Amino acid sequence: MSILVVVETQDNEYKKSAYDAVAYAADLAKKLSKSVTTFVLGEVANPETIGNYGSEKVFIAENWDEKKDIVLTITQMISEEKIETVVFAKSPVSETLAARISVKTQSYLATNICSIPELSGSIIKIKKSIYTGKGFIVEELHSGLNILVIKKNILQAQLSDKLAQKQVIKLAEGKTSKLVSKGITKATGDILLTDAQIVVSGGRGMKGPENWALIEDLAKTLGAATGCSKPVSDMDWRPHHEHVGQTGVKVAPTLYIAAGISGAIQHLAGVNSSKFILVINKDPEAPFFKAADYGVVGDLFEVLPKLNALLKSA
Amino acid sequence: MKILVCITHVPDTTSKITFIENNSKFNSAGVQFIIGPYDEYALSKAIDIRDKQGVGEITVLNVGTSETENTLRKALAIGADKAVRVDSEPISSIFTATQISNFVKNNSFDLVLMGRESIDFNGGIVHTLVAEMLDWECVNPIMKLDIVGDKLLMTKEVDGGKEEIEANLPLVLGCQEPIAEWKIPSMKGIMSSRTKPLVVIDPIPVSIGSKVLAFEVPQPKSGCKMIDPSNLEQLVELLKNEAKVLN
Ligand SMILES: Cc1cc2nc3c(=O)[nH]c(=O)nc-3n(C[C@H](O)[C@H](O)[C@H](O)COP(=O)(O)OP(=O)(O)OC[C@H]3O[C@@H](n4cnc5c(N)ncnc54)[C@H](O)[C@@H]3O)c2cc1C
Ligand SMILES: Nc1ncnc2c1ncn2[C@@H]1O[C@H](COP(=O)(O)O)[C@@H](O)[C@H]1O
Repeated sequence: MSILVVVETQDNEYKKSAYDAVAYAADLAKKLSKSVTTFVLGEVANPETIGNYGSEKVFIAENWDEKKDIVLTITQMISEEKIETVVFAKSPVSETLAARISVKTQSYLATNICSIPELSGSIIKIKKSIYTGKGFIVEELHSGLNILVIKKNILQAQLSDKLAQKQVIKLAEGKTSKLVSKGITKATGDILLTDAQIVVSGGRGMKGPENWALIEDLAKTLGAATGCSKPVSDMDWRPHHEHVGQTGVKVAPTLYIAAGISGAIQHLAGVNSSKFILVINKDPEAPFFKAADYGVVGDLFEVLPKLNALLKSA
Repeated sequence: MKILVCITHVPDTTSKITFIENNSKFNSAGVQFIIGPYDEYALSKAIDIRDKQGVGEITVLNVGTSETENTLRKALAIGADKAVRVDSEPISSIFTATQISNFVKNNSFDLVLMGRESIDFNGGIVHTLVAEMLDWECVNPIMKLDIVGDKLLMTKEVDGGKEEIEANLPLVLGCQEPIAEWKIPSMKGIMSSRTKPLVVIDPIPVSIGSKVLAFEVPQPKSGCKMIDPSNLEQLVELLKNEAKVLN
């Protein structure tokens, strides 16, 4: 009996979130004296390396194809391997799969898990984020099968040099989607906001879209993604998908930098999973400073270029 | 077209969230409740579709206790034709989705519109669950929807971009801006909302796989380190050695 982790890939490698999910499962497996098996959604060059993060086994599909019935494949795997816990890392693809599998298997589904699992006896205790990060709910899992979707940055992986044992499987034939895709347009060259380790955001204090080079230059130096506040995207200074907050993207970087953003509660709701927050604002009373770890009271038009120059030479 | 719009009854986005009775209960004192912002986009879009086609009917549904009826009345004032309340706390996403899909099975709808996510549970998942229970397709989150003949053309937000999707009814869709403009209730709307039907139905039983132990609020930050703008070297130092984000 083991814990199953279903992970995504990107450019022939594991997505970073895959390591988070496997590390979470390994922590739970240790507490429950179980093992971890990973199922890879896609193709990766060296699937065995997931063993470094604590997965004993890794399943890869020899006939990888998104159009195959993945839900059926995983559902069969759950019953054949007598799985009681399935772990996903939060993303649109994973959440959709998790939801569909939970209906098929009549199991319990918990999303937005934001802290390491605990046990009371042999019962798993989880913590979920609610009210857009303004609250948490702690619950015990009583279902025979639990599907857990976890957020980023929950724990530091315990790395080893172990390799996972690879097993090749065949995806099931079954239902295919009736939706027809007419094409995807990507905002080119962007680092994904939701995956970024560092995010640099600008607000109305930036005065206009013509000043965004200040944000972009700093982001480039730091290898960061760029974000903005809602009024900024409402005024079309920046694209809608960059807007961070309660009604926009929720980010969870190691560092969130906010320049010229006041820190309205709706904006904070999108950034409260960040590990460190740096606020640059000319108003010492700006509410954002209360939620920040580092603050600079100053004119962003002076601070941003200076900071960028220092970082470049650092 | 018969459209079902599923709405949540949630604290206004400016609300401070606190819990009472030994962290076992949400503190609703002084909290103003609203229609979930994404759900309001779904409702606005439903009204646009009905008014453009000149026929059709919009039912709004909420799974909630009697406190949510003001929110349902507001949806009627904005322009929905009927309201339904499934009389129960929305205990879990699966519970809520089971109630919604059961209602859809018993009343034929062509289209189910929801918000991208609720701002209380933030599951972003009830639409997919409902679609799976009905064996329909689901698209979420969509920013644009056009109906051409019997085809629905949608723009879906995907990681770092957009996808154009075409599909036939029936469908479950999760909505977000800028799919439609929010509507301000008219005087006539407000008057008629009192006489439009609001039906209360009993929930169907669902086995619940979890037990809530407690609610918590986040720990406040321990205090912000202020750095003088003339000494940004100190900031770089902190980012390097404390936050460890530079390498
Ligand atoms: C239902 C609802 C949902 C919402 N959802 C969101 C959301 O998801 N995300 C979001 O961001 N907002 C959201 N909002 C809006 C939110 O309430 C605020 O209005 C918004 O976040 C403010 O944006 P801002 O900080 O960029 O602008 P402002 O509040 O105008 O702040 C600008 C800041 O820039 C500073 N500044 C100006 N010039 C300079 C300078 N030269 N140097 C340094 N600092 C300077 C000012 O001191 C000020 O603090 C929502 C509102 C509602 C009602
Ligand atoms: N209690 C509820 N009653 C009616 N609709 C709901 C309820 N909870 C969620 N929904 C719908 O499902 C969508 C997604 O919710 P969630 O999965 O909680 O993020 C919401 O935007 C609503 O349209």
